This record gives sequence, structure tokens and C-alpha cells, in this order.
Amino acid sequence: MEYFLQQLINGLTLGAIYGLIAIGYTMVYGIIGMINFAHGEIYMIGAFISIIAFLVIGWAGITWVPLVLALVLLLSMVFTAAYGWTVERIAYRPLRSSPRLAPLISAIGMSIFLQNYVQILQGARVKPIQPVVQGGVKLMERADGFVVQISYLQIVIILLTIALMFGFNQIIQGTSLGRSQRACEQDKTMAGLLGVNVDRTISLTFVMGAALAAVAGFMVTLYYGVIDFYIGFLAGVKAFTAAVLGGIGSLPGAMLGGILIGLIEAFWSAYFTIEYKDVATFTILVLVLIFRPTGLLGRPEIEKV
Amino acid sequence: MTATNTFDRPKLDWPSALRESGFAALAALMLTIPMVGFRTVDRPTGLELDMRFEEVAAAALLVFFGRLGFALIRQGQPAAVLVLALGAAVLGFVVPLPTKVLQIILVGGGLVIALRAAWQIWRGSRPVPAADAGPSFMDRFAAEVQRAGKWLGPVGVLFAVAFPFLPIADRQTIDIGILLLTYVMLGWGLNIVVGLAGLLDLGYVAFYAVGAYSYALLAVNFGWSFWACLPLAGLLAAFSGVLLGFPVLRLRGDYFAIVTLGFGEIIRVILINWYQFTGGPNGVIGIPRPSFFGLAEFTRNPAEGDIAFHQMFGLEFDTLHRIVFLYYLILILALVVNFFTLRVRKLPLGRAWEALREDDIACTSLGVNRTNIKLAAFAIAAMFGGFAGSFFATRQGFVSPESFTFIESAIILAIVVLGGMGSQIGVVVATILVIGLPEFFRELEQYRMLAFGLGMVAIMLWRPRGLLAHREPTILLHPSGGAAKAAVKGG
Repeated sequence: MEYFLQQLINGLTLGAIYGLIAIGYTMVYGIIGMINFAHGEIYMIGAFISIIAFLVIGWAGITWVPLVLALVLLLSMVFTAAYGWTVERIAYRPLRSSPRLAPLISAIGMSIFLQNYVQILQGARVKPIQPVVQGGVKLMERADGFVVQISYLQIVIILLTIALMFGFNQIIQGTSLGRSQRACEQDKTMAGLLGVNVDRTISLTFVMGAALAAVAGFMVTLYYGVIDFYIGFLAGVKAFTAAVLGGIGSLPGAMLGGILIGLIEAFWSAYFTIEYKDVATFTILVLVLIFRPTGLLGRPEIEKV
Repeated sequence: MTATNTFDRPKLDWPSALRESGFAALAALMLTIPMVGFRTVDRPTGLELDMRFEEVAAAALLVFFGRLGFALIRQGQPAAVLVLALGAAVLGFVVPLPTKVLQIILVGGGLVIALRAAWQIWRGSRPVPAADAGPSFMDRFAAEVQRAGKWLGPVGVLFAVAFPFLPIADRQTIDIGILLLTYVMLGWGLNIVVGLAGLLDLGYVAFYAVGAYSYALLAVNFGWSFWACLPLAGLLAAFSGVLLGFPVLRLRGDYFAIVTLGFGEIIRVILINWYQFTGGPNGVIGIPRPSFFGLAEFTRNPAEGDIAFHQMFGLEFDTLHRIVFLYYLILILALVVNFFTLRVRKLPLGRAWEALREDDIACTSLGVNRTNIKLAAFAIAAMFGGFAGSFFATRQGFVSPESFTFIESAIILAIVVLGGMGSQIGVVVATILVIGLPEFFRELEQYRMLAFGLGMVAIMLWRPRGLLAHREPTILLHPSGGAAKAAVKGG
């Protein structure tokens, strides 16, 4: 029971990170119907910018931890968003009316480019960072001394995710930007005719997705303490899996899918073999898709001739 | 800008040009400040930062002036831009700059802008306005190539056959030839799934891996010969294709893509972790080389009672013999795939694939069994992938999971899409671009993949349907005449 609880906490933390990346996939897919393959790389860049921001802030002499975290988060979101915007502007916007595969190949090319760009500039070795948030809360203790604990960092990650989801939902449901996004998702041509600036809306979707990926990168930097230029690929694939699992195009679905993937990974690693955790993830994806092809929260797709 | 029929020069809209370039420069600053400006370096005391703001400034300035140059070209000032850009390039060449990177940026950037300006001047001097010129140059070129396919194909094959005897052929070029042909074969194989059946397969490399490991394990553990294993490897790969395809082919579009991607990763994870069976990350070593159809070995001193290839044909012993043999082997394998594709397009099965690609609902309502037809495409492509895999294993002499990463799938898919989906010649052209060109720049190891990614984006922006994309219906109601022509134009 105690062991289970501990894995639940770990899984939720991991799932929150996957969920934040998955939202970027699902938003882009919902609005322009493409797999943004470079999104995993955007998350990786977010992690690198976080580490650089930590070093810069440490160098500037700021030591009060909450301020450091807030500043790093802000810097990382802003600069990573610039990457998201630029990728869309350069590699996807000119291909908006092309066959479906063209933006996908362009995205794969962009992903290869960004990976090597970071490798050349920042080096191929792993980047370690000193733990910033330490300690935790002891929840319960088993008779044999096994302690269930939730670290302060895990609390920060989970609370931040909940806050972001709440704020994000407000943007989508309550602002004119969110309204434009939902309009573009349904019918871009019609939205354009009614005065929605479609290009701007899509750009802002990418900016928002990249900012959330930056938050995920920031969390991973803190949580694991090491990053390298290759982390984007696997995290990207898993986050996309999460988006599909939850029902692509659905924002709560992306979060749900992310949390499920995180839990599956944590429990599989804990009770079975850690090596095959990725196999487990994909197998469950296949099973879900076979029995519920639109994902858990997706709306059924109506085929029209 | 205003069109002029008087002697007025077009009025320059400086504010908008400056605003545009300023914005681009700001974006460049945002991108480069964290990544280029601060480099993380490992020091004994921990991670530290190295600052390179001169490169950030250079990048921003380059983007600013580049963008300004393009804006001015668009506003009808190509001549002035040409002179200035050439001036900048020359300046970069003559004046000593602090770092080499800056120099390359200045010269390269200047030349690119100068080229663009020159192109504008050249195009502007022609009488036909660009908008009314009909299909673009590349479209006409692609159509021309497609039409020339009748003689271009055989000429290409003849060249490939004669290649090892040409004076340019040495060990290195034949090796590159083998590599190119392997990818051509994979590209043609994947083309069946992506180009003909219209299924987006992101995990093709899985079947390549199945083929490679089938041969490697059978040969190393049981001593089976290449010629016995080749069909077996193909069968096993096809079987794994059916195994995967059966549950997932009901999925549509991108769901299918992500599941195939997942499958590719699963195979790789299993290869890495099933240590007892596959050798784990170290792979399988000591895979035997193929013999000459089981008749003779390519060795200097054959075992007692055996005969070596050079003795059989009364030649001097040469290590090149084996390489040339491998070259012909992969050439034949690739041509088999090509021949199969060309013929199957005329069979009901091929027709059904293309029909499914165009509209699968219409197909289903006409009584085509969607799952079975797709499964056939999937299994056949997997089989060809398996053949290519066992060839890869025997050529390398060792296999490891390293060779079967997602990037490999992406490269094969890129070959198919860049070439123009469904175009057989397109695959060859794209392979030469994607595999051959980087092969000649091996020294620039680091920058190779960077340029590769950028090149993929650039080709897609330039030709979104692929380099040699030119859709012509496989079958026409009226082979020549009005109805057919209209159909071609419309489709």
C-alpha cells in the first residue's frame, strides 16, 4: 500500500510533465491537423533555456528560491515561445495549403535541425544542475521503515500544473483569443471570413504550446537534475501518445492522457521491469486505439463523402 | 508599391520595410540570446557559462539586413541590393574579422542575397509576368522527367549495371553506390505503403531491423547460409507486418502513423533489452558474408575441397570482387522491388491501393475489402524491408540497435516524400540528395545533420508535393483526347 502510494505520487509528477507537453501537440493538431514533430525539441530547448537561466540568475546573485524559480520559469517561457513562433512561421505557415505529408516532413526536418543546433551550440554532454528545491514531507511510514514522502519539488510541479491548467482553460473558454482558436479549429475559412485573423491565431497557438512545453522543460530540469540534447525525442513521442490516448484535439484529454502515461510508466517500472516501460506505454496506446479509436475523451470523427 | 508607367521610380515604402526587418531582427535576438549568447561549459567546479554576444549581434544584424534586402527587392530595387550585397560579401572576404564564423556569415549571407537579387533582375527582364506563366519551371520539368521515364529508367539501370567497370569506380565509390541502392530499395519498398496505398508509416525501420536480425541470428546461431535466410528474413518481416497491421490498420491517418512509430520503438527497445537473444546494445557480431550463390566463397585461400570465386573464374584474387558482388546483389534486389511496383499497379491489387489512397469510403462501398488490401500493402512492403535488412546485415558483418533508430525511418520517409510520392524516379533522385550528398561531406560531421534537417525543410517549402511530383492517373477512360486531358488538368 505504502509502496503503491509512493509510485502514485511519482507517476502523477511525471504525468503532469507529459501532460503539459501533450497540450502543445493536441492544440496544434486540433487547429491545423498536423503532428508538430518539432514540439519535443521545443520542450528540450525549454529545458536548456531553464538551465541557462538558472546559471545567469545564480551569476547575478539572486538566491531567494521562490524568486529564482519564478524568474527562470518566466525567462524560459518567453524565450522558448520565440522558438515556437519562429518554427511555425518558417516551416509550417508556407505549407498551410499543401498535402498533408508536406508539413510533417518539414516538421521532422525542423526537429533534426533543432536537435543538432543545440548539440553544436551547447555540446553533446549531459548538463547537470545543483538541486534547487530540496526536502519533502513525510506522509507515512511502514513498519519496516519504508517512508512515503512527497518532495517539495513534486508539490511545486503538481500545483504549478494545476494552476496552469486552470489559467489555460480560462484563456480557451473566456477570452477572445480562445474564441478565435475554437473558431479556427472548427472551420478556418469561415473564421477568416468572419474577421478572425487566422494566421495570428495559429501563431499564438504555437506560442502557447511552446510556453507550456517550456514549463515542462523547466520541471524536468529541476526534477531529474540532468538534461541533454536528446531528451526531446522520446518525451515528444510519449507526449504525443498521451495526446492520442486522451483523444487528440481535446485539452483535458491531453492532460488525462499524460497522467495515465506517467502512472503506467511509474507502476510498470516499480512492479515489473524498468527496461520495458516504453513497450508497456505503446502497447496500452495500441489497445486503447483498437477499442476506442478516438481516444478516451475525443469526439467521434464523422466521415463525410 | 505602385505600378509605374511613367518615368517615376517606384516609391519606396521605407517604414514598412524597416518595421518588417526590425521585427525579424528582434525574433533573431530572442532566438540567439539564450542559445548562442550563453554556452554552458563543464568546468571542474560545475557548469559555467561562456558568453558570445558578438555572435548574437552578428546573427541579428544579418537577419536585419537580409530581411531589409528582401523587402527592397520586393519593392523593385534589386539592382541596388545586388551591389550592396556583393559589396558586403567582398568586405567580409577582405577585412579581417575576429572570428571565422562571422566571416562565413557575412560572405555567405551577402552571396545569398546577391543571388536572390540577380534572380529578380533576370526574371524581371523577361516579358511574361510570373503569375500568368502557367505551371512553374519545376512542374514542367517534373512532367518532362515522368514522360522521359520510358528511356530514363533503362538508361539509369544500364548506368548502374556498368558502374563498377567505369574508371570512376573504386572501393569508396562502389561502397557509396551500395549505400545509395540500399536506400533506393527501402524507399521503393516504403513507396508501396506511403505512395500507393496512402498509409503513413513512421516505423518502417522496424521491418528492416527484423530482416537484419533474422539473418544475423540464424547465421550466427545455426550457421545457415545467406541464400537460405534471405527468403526466410523476408517472410519473417512480412509476418511481423501482418502481426502489427492486423490490429492497427483499422485506424485512420495519424493514429496509424503514431502506432507504427511506437512499434518501431518497441522493436528497438526489445533489441536493446533482450540481452540473451539479441546481444543487447552490443548487437550481433561476426555475421558471415554471402557466398557466390552458395557455389564459391570470396576468400583468398578457400577451405579444403571448396573453390574460391577467383579460382572459379580464373581471375586474380581481389578484395573488390566481394564488394562488386554485393553491389550487384543490392542492385538486383532493388530492381525486383521496382519491377514489382510497376507491374502491380496494373493488377487489381495495385488498382485497389491507389483507389484506397484517393478515397477509401468510395472504395469500401464498391466492395473493396479495406483491411485486407491495406494489409497486403503493409506485408509486401515489410517483406522488401526485410530483404534489405538481411542485405544490410551481411554487408556490415554486424548489427546493433543503433542502426534502427527513428531517424532512419524518418530518412526513408523523407526520401519517399521529397522525391514526390508514388514517383519511382523521384525516390532515386531524393536518395542521391539525402544520402549521397551528405556522404561526400563526411568531414563536416557536426554540421551534416544540421544541414540535412534544414535541407528537408527547404525542399518541402520549395516543392511541397515533392521534387518530381507529377500525378498522372494510372488508367484513363479515354487514353487520348478531350475527356482525359480535362481529367488530368482537373486532378
